[in-house]
Formats: sequence, C-alpha cells, structure tokens
Amino acid sequence: MLDMTPKEVSERSALRINPAKTCQPIGAMYASLGIHRCLPHSHGSQGCCSYHRSHLTRHYKEPVVASTSSFTEGAAVFGGGPNLRQSLNNIFQVYNPDVVAVHTTCLSETIGDDIPSVVRKAREDGIIPDGKFVIHANTPSYVGSNVTGFSNMVKAMIDYLSSREFGSSKDVNVIPGYVDPADMREIKRMLGELNVSGIVFPDTSDVLDLPMTGSYEMFPKGGTTIEQIMKTGSSGLTISLGAFASEAGGASLESKCGVPFKVLDLPVGVHATDMFVKSILEITGEIRPPASMIDDRGRVMDLMTDMQGYLYGKKVALYGDPDQVIAMTDFLVSMGMRPVYVITGTPGKRFEDRVNRILGNDSSNCLVKASADLFYLHQLIKNGPVDLIIGNTYGKYIARAEDIPFVRYGFPILDRVGHGFFPTFGYRGAMRILTSIINTLLDRVDRDAPEERFELVM
Amino acid sequence: MGSTIFEERDRQIHRKGDEPFSMDCDMPSLAGAVSQRACVFCGSRVVLYPIADALHLVHGPIGCAAYTWDIRGALSSGPELHRLSFSTDLQEKDVIFGGEKKLYQALIELINRHSPKGAFVYSTCIVGIIGDDLGAVCRRVSEETGIPVIPVQSEGFKGNKRAGYNAACKALFELVGTGVIDDISPVSINILGDFNLAGEIWIIREYFERMGVQVVANITGDGRIDDIKRSHGASLNVVQCSGSTIDLAIMMERQYGIPFMRVSYFGVEDMAESLYRVANFFSDGDTDIMDRTRELVRNELAQLYPLLEKYRKDLMGKKAAIYVGGAFKAFSLVKAFRLIGMDVALVGSQTGTEEDYRELYDITDPGTIIVDDSNPLELSSFLQEKDVDIFVGGVKERPIAYKLGVGFCDHNHERKEALEGFVGMLNFAREVHSTVMSPVWRFSPRRISQHSSYELSLKAV
Ligand code: SF4
Ligand code: SF4
Repeated sequence: MLDMTPKEVSERSALRINPAKTCQPIGAMYASLGIHRCLPHSHGSQGCCSYHRSHLTRHYKEPVVASTSSFTEGAAVFGGGPNLRQSLNNIFQVYNPDVVAVHTTCLSETIGDDIPSVVRKAREDGIIPDGKFVIHANTPSYVGSNVTGFSNMVKAMIDYLSSREFGSSKDVNVIPGYVDPADMREIKRMLGELNVSGIVFPDTSDVLDLPMTGSYEMFPKGGTTIEQIMKTGSSGLTISLGAFASEAGGASLESKCGVPFKVLDLPVGVHATDMFVKSILEITGEIRPPASMIDDRGRVMDLMTDMQGYLYGKKVALYGDPDQVIAMTDFLVSMGMRPVYVITGTPGKRFEDRVNRILGNDSSNCLVKASADLFYLHQLIKNGPVDLIIGNTYGKYIARAEDIPFVRYGFPILDRVGHGFFPTFGYRGAMRILTSIINTLLDRVDRDAPEERFELVM
Repeated sequence: MGSTIFEERDRQIHRKGDEPFSMDCDMPSLAGAVSQRACVFCGSRVVLYPIADALHLVHGPIGCAAYTWDIRGALSSGPELHRLSFSTDLQEKDVIFGGEKKLYQALIELINRHSPKGAFVYSTCIVGIIGDDLGAVCRRVSEETGIPVIPVQSEGFKGNKRAGYNAACKALFELVGTGVIDDISPVSINILGDFNLAGEIWIIREYFERMGVQVVANITGDGRIDDIKRSHGASLNVVQCSGSTIDLAIMMERQYGIPFMRVSYFGVEDMAESLYRVANFFSDGDTDIMDRTRELVRNELAQLYPLLEKYRKDLMGKKAAIYVGGAFKAFSLVKAFRLIGMDVALVGSQTGTEEDYRELYDITDPGTIIVDDSNPLELSSFLQEKDVDIFVGGVKERPIAYKLGVGFCDHNHERKEALEGFVGMLNFAREVHSTVMSPVWRFSPRRISQHSSYELSLKAV
C-alpha cells in the first residue's frame, strides 16, 4: 500500500517527507538554457548535474545539456578552482558556446569557491576567448528552492550582461518566470499581438520544445541572445512575472541601469492576464487590445459562464512553486472555486500573505503554508477532503490514495504530455487550464453516476 | 566527428578494426565535459533502494532526495516504504552547526511511525564536508530502537557510480550474518544484482524454484532486511551485473566462504547458461537437478522460439546502438540483438572496466564503435554516422534518439517491461520490433528521401 500517511498531524522540525520543492541549481540550469547558445555549467560533483539534467529531460522530453566541474575528493579538500578553470578551457575548445552560465552546488558553496576570481583569472590568461562570456550565480540548495535558483540566475544575467549602451526605451523587458517554453512563447505572441517590441528573457522556447528535425543540435535556435540581454538596460520598463522567480531580476536591473520595474502575478486566468495586458497598453498608449485578443478573452468568459455550475464551491487543494500557486489561487477564486489548502515547498512568509490577501474573507477557511511538503498536504486532505487536487506529478499518490480528481499543473510533470505545447498563460492558456479542470471534474461525474443519472449531455 | 570529440577522449573510444585494442577507462570524467555519468550517492541509492521494508533517509539538502524519489520501477510484493522520499532537508544553519541532531530526530520519528525492519542513512557530498558523524548517530539510534541503522558512505565526490555500489555493498555486509539460518536447505542461493525492475526477479526466482533451489535473499530486488540478515546461510551467491553487487559477493566469500558465480539473465543463451551453471554447482548433492533444469530450459525455449521468429524476420539486418550504465549489460544486449538478427554498430557504457571493454571487443563485429563515458554530442554523431534503427539507453539518451528520428528502448531503470528471463527476451524482441517497425519514422527527415518533393522541400528548410 502506497498510502503510509497517518491522519494525525504532528510537528516535524527535522524531516522533510515527499517534498514540494527541489534544489536551487536545477532552476539556475533551466534559466541558463533560456540564453541563446549558452552552456549551463554545474560547479560541483557530477551527480548533481546528472540528476538535474535527467529531471529536466523527464519534464520537457528534450535533451538537456550541461557540463560539470566533476569534483573529486581532491577538489572537495583543496577547492574546486582548478576544476573550474580546466572546465572553461575544455568547454570553449570543444563545445564553443557563446556563454557559460556557472551555478554552484551545495558542495562548492560549502567549500566556498570564489567563482568570480577564477573566471577573472581565466579571462586574463586567455582561456575565455574574446567575445565569449562567463556569468555565474551562487545557488546553495540549503537556502530557498529551485525557484530561488532560477531567480538568482536571472539576476546574474543582468548583473553580468545588461548595459545602457545599446537598446531603446521603447522596448519592454519581460521576465516570464520559471515557466514552460510554451508560456514564454505565448508571452512573445501576445507582445506581438499588442504591437510592442519586447525582450523576453530567459526564453527557453525553441530550446526545450524543439520540433523533430532529424538532427541533434547542442545549441538550438532559441534562447534570448546576448545582444538582447545587453539591451535590457535601456528599455522603458521591466515587467517581472511572479515575485519569487522574477522580482530580483527586475530590481537588479533598476538599480544597475535605472529601468523601472513592475511585479505582476503570472498571467494565469482572466484577471491576471488583464493586468498584464493593461500594463502593456499603458506603454503603447492604446486604449484597448486588438480585436483578436478581445475575442480570445470573450471565449474564456464564455466557457467560464457556461460551466460555472460545475465549478462553484468546489474545494481545491493546490500546491507547487509559489508564483504558479499564487496565480492559480486567484484564477480559482475568480471562478467561485474554493482553495482550502494552498501549499508551497519554497520558504517565504510573503507567499502566505499574498495568498491570504487573494482569499480575502475566505482566508479563514483555507490553510496556506510555505515550507510545507506533500506528506503534510496529504494529512490535511485526510482530515478534510477536497473535490480536486491541482499540482505537479507528485500529487498522484495522494489523488490515488484518496480517490480525488487531479489536474496536473506546474513543474515537474513527469507522467503526462501537453505542457510542452500548450501555454497556461494568457486568455488562451486560461482556456486550456479551464478545459482540463472541467473535463477532469466531468469525467468523475460520469464515473460516479448511478446508471439512472448517467447523462449524455452535460 | 572532428570537433565533437575531446582530444583527451580519444583513448576512451575504439573502433573495432583500428587495432590493436586498448582503452582507458574507469577514469574520472574530464572537468567541463557533458558527461552522462552520475555520482557515488546515485550508485548506492540504486542498489539499496529496492529493499522495500527498510527506511531510506537521505541526509543532505533537498535535491539529492527529490531527484531519487520513486524514479525506479523496483517493484515490491509487499511493503512499499522505499517509495517515499525522506530527507533531512539541510538548511544553512545545519551546514554551519552540523546536522547530527536533525538526523537523530528524523530517524527516531520515522522509525516510530513506520516501524521499518532496518534503516539506511545516505551521506551526500555536503555531509562529507561538514563532517557529521553518521556512524555515531546511527549506532545510537540503533541501540535505542533495536533495529539495524546503517550509514551509507555515499558522498558524491568520492568517485563515480561504481564507488557508490561499493559503499552500498559495505552497508549490506553489515546486515549479513545477523539472522538465523537453521532452516536453510543446502541447495540454496542468494540472488545478487537484480533489482526487480518491472518484476524481473520474480521471473528468475520462479526458475530457480522450479529447479528445486531455495532462494534465501533477493539482493536487492523486492528485498527484505530479514532475508539479507540470514543470507550467509545460502550455499552460493549468484551475481548479476558487473559492478553493482560483486563487492558484496567477494566480502561474503572471504568471511563466510560462500562461493559466487557471475551470471546474466538477459538473452536466451545467457539465461540458459546461468541456470545450467547453478544446476551444475549443486549436481553432486542433487543428482536430478540437471535434468530438471534441462527440462525447464527446453520447455521455455519451445514456447519462445516460434514466437521470436516473426520478429526476427522483420528485424533482420537492422542496426542497433547500445549505451548503458554497466558493461555487463552491454554483453548480453549484443548477444540478444544477434539472436533477433540485428547488427550492433555502437556499444558503450558509463562505467565499464578495461577488461569489460576487451570482452566487448571480442564479441562485436568489425567496425563497431566501442565507447566509455560518452556525451550527447558524441553519441548523436555516432548514431548518425552508423545510421542505426534503434538506440538502447537511459533517460538522458531517449530524447537524443527521438530527435534524430531513431527508435528507442529503455534498458535502464525506467523500463516498463521485464526484459530478463526467457519471457523477457520475448518482451525485448517485441519492444525492439514495435519501435523499429513503427510507421512514425516514415515522417522523420532522415527517411524522407524516399518520399514526395513536398517532404523533400521540408527537409531543405
Ligand atoms: S547536493 Fe545540492 S545541488 Fe546537488 S542535488 Fe543535492 S541538493 Fe541539489
Ligand atoms: S550532492 Fe553529491 S551526493 Fe548529492 S547528487 Fe550531488 S554529487 Fe550526488
């Protein structure tokens, strides 16, 4: 029996069971893949790098490359500087990327390797060819989570590359958050539809959602180019989508280059997408979005109103990375659904405050918790059942044990397809989320209906 | 190939026919390489994970535990405690002040709640650096709870996966010799090095039982602590797979005088040969065992061969590439492909030894590429050069194959079909057949030349 979760909730301080987060470097690796011709480099032992690559591959169903400093016992004792130096040498000679994005692991953090000085020395000694870049982020996993790692690497892109020399104040920067390539692609499409020139970074579309071409490219065509990242320093505004993943980058660009920034929730659902579109309209000076977009919005509204009867009052358990969960909470509430457990593994009281604010008066009926895990969530559900679970693949154990409908959302999704192709962002994304929620609930109605109530038309 | 190969890697790649054979291996990956290799912890976790009634606690930051949460299809016929993810989730303050107290609390809480038969505590890189005394904490908890609590010294930087196998074997060896062995038959074995992926050890156990051999302990597929404790009562250790549990067999031979033999359950020849060798071992005391074994093999083959034939007809002359974790698996795969009429164009492993590669060299055809510790660029250039029809590998290799438009078979821990035993050979043939013969490759660019000008125009883009 896979269900080994006791009903009684006890205080646990020393133990994490069935985590709702993972470690920083994987987020940093993912962000790095969103730079054109960038090789992520894991400064540590080869195990971490191998795990991160495998995990990303399981979610994106794409090859993921990253190099590693391959620490051995010597490096662990005497420091990993020489390994990094040799790595850079090998990387530029053989793989020849435009950028190497170095992130640390718990091991190199604990040893305390000074990455900038190794990189500086390598540059002086000609190991890093002219016109090539090495950036780095510190990503100790004993602080924060995968989201923190993503955020740190985005900040590193700005700290190392952004400048005020190029670019134009007509551009708007969008940091899309720790989201799938389909969402990054959707942001670009919407910017195009709204007729604004934008720089989306990082951007993993055309890197981790590649068509089959019959050949394997180590550096695919996608990714934000270095030139684009450099230009971000002159843009008129940065929109940071998701406070946890993207605020640090926006703030850093403001202090470095004076570009103002605005933090929005991920544009998941109608309201959050409205906010995003409004922010863009403020820049372009247009009064309304183009007709095509108004129609998209109308279609979501149509779906929401048609099906509201099936949604109203439904209790939901929601977990995952904080930005995703915050945005989804808002979307659910807007449809009359009732999030009753809202959980993230990432630490941060800010998460709890934000979700409680969205819930408003209803917050007393909902348990909101950061730094939590799925074992805890399972215990909550055992004590008070829900109608729907929304979250990444790891929720399937709870869904099965408690026989509760389950919609997959967030990272990672290891056991279904679709997230690689269809966005969750924007009005179109809202349609996709909504259809999967509604269809999942309807499948359950069909499954459980007694013969006489089993209906053709629903 | 040119620039896709590190110069330094030349000595880890051999093309049969280049002569004379020599290869460097068991070397740490080059710093900066996109290696497909994993770490010590990974090796230990892979070996010990299938012990289903044990508690597996990862002492370290969250990632090491998160990535090894239920990713292996090592099936259990009973308890499933191994499928939960337990971690001490070390935080910054633990890194500064040490994590021993946290570890102690976590163990006590878990043992109280789940009453496991034993516990394994995995050390990760960081624990090796901050210097927690894992041994002391484990001893204390063991005394207080009365169950074996065993530290696994699997700090990632202390080598590659093979070192992790060794650490796991040392941990297992602490259990061996602590159980009661009264009721064990003289015709008895332990099965070592099978992890019950997709239920494979059940197939193998059943063969042995039909032969009249008692299986004392599964090490470690569908494994149980109590069985392992009394595994020193068996007369023979039957060890599959090159690296993972051989060290345990050697330790048990030294300490308890239990001989071991290396076998493979993959492919018809190797499977039959393995059973015969075990039968032969016991034939002095059990004069009928050989007959029973022959009978078993005959029955199985009589069922299998006609079924294989239809796959063989389709697959004749198609080309395969193999890149797996351990070299031993690669031997069997080479033979298995031959049995279904296919040619092996590339064979490699993450952790083979010089001896392993020499053996591969001996059993492969001229022109075959033999490679140690490869990377995606190399692999993809070889696959294209050899124009193979199927690639056998693990999770990181799968999307490379698919991007190239090449069929794929997972022979690693994500496999869904049992591939061992006689029935496994049939499953293997079926799986290979279904991916090689699938019509979807017709749309892949490398096959497009046989199609319309419209399709050709797509290729040009
Ligand atoms: S050591 Fe740290 S970086 Fe590596 S996998 Fe574990 S948690 Fe992640
Ligand atoms: S920290 Fe060490 S033990 Fe953990 S995954 Fe990384 S290399 Fe392996």
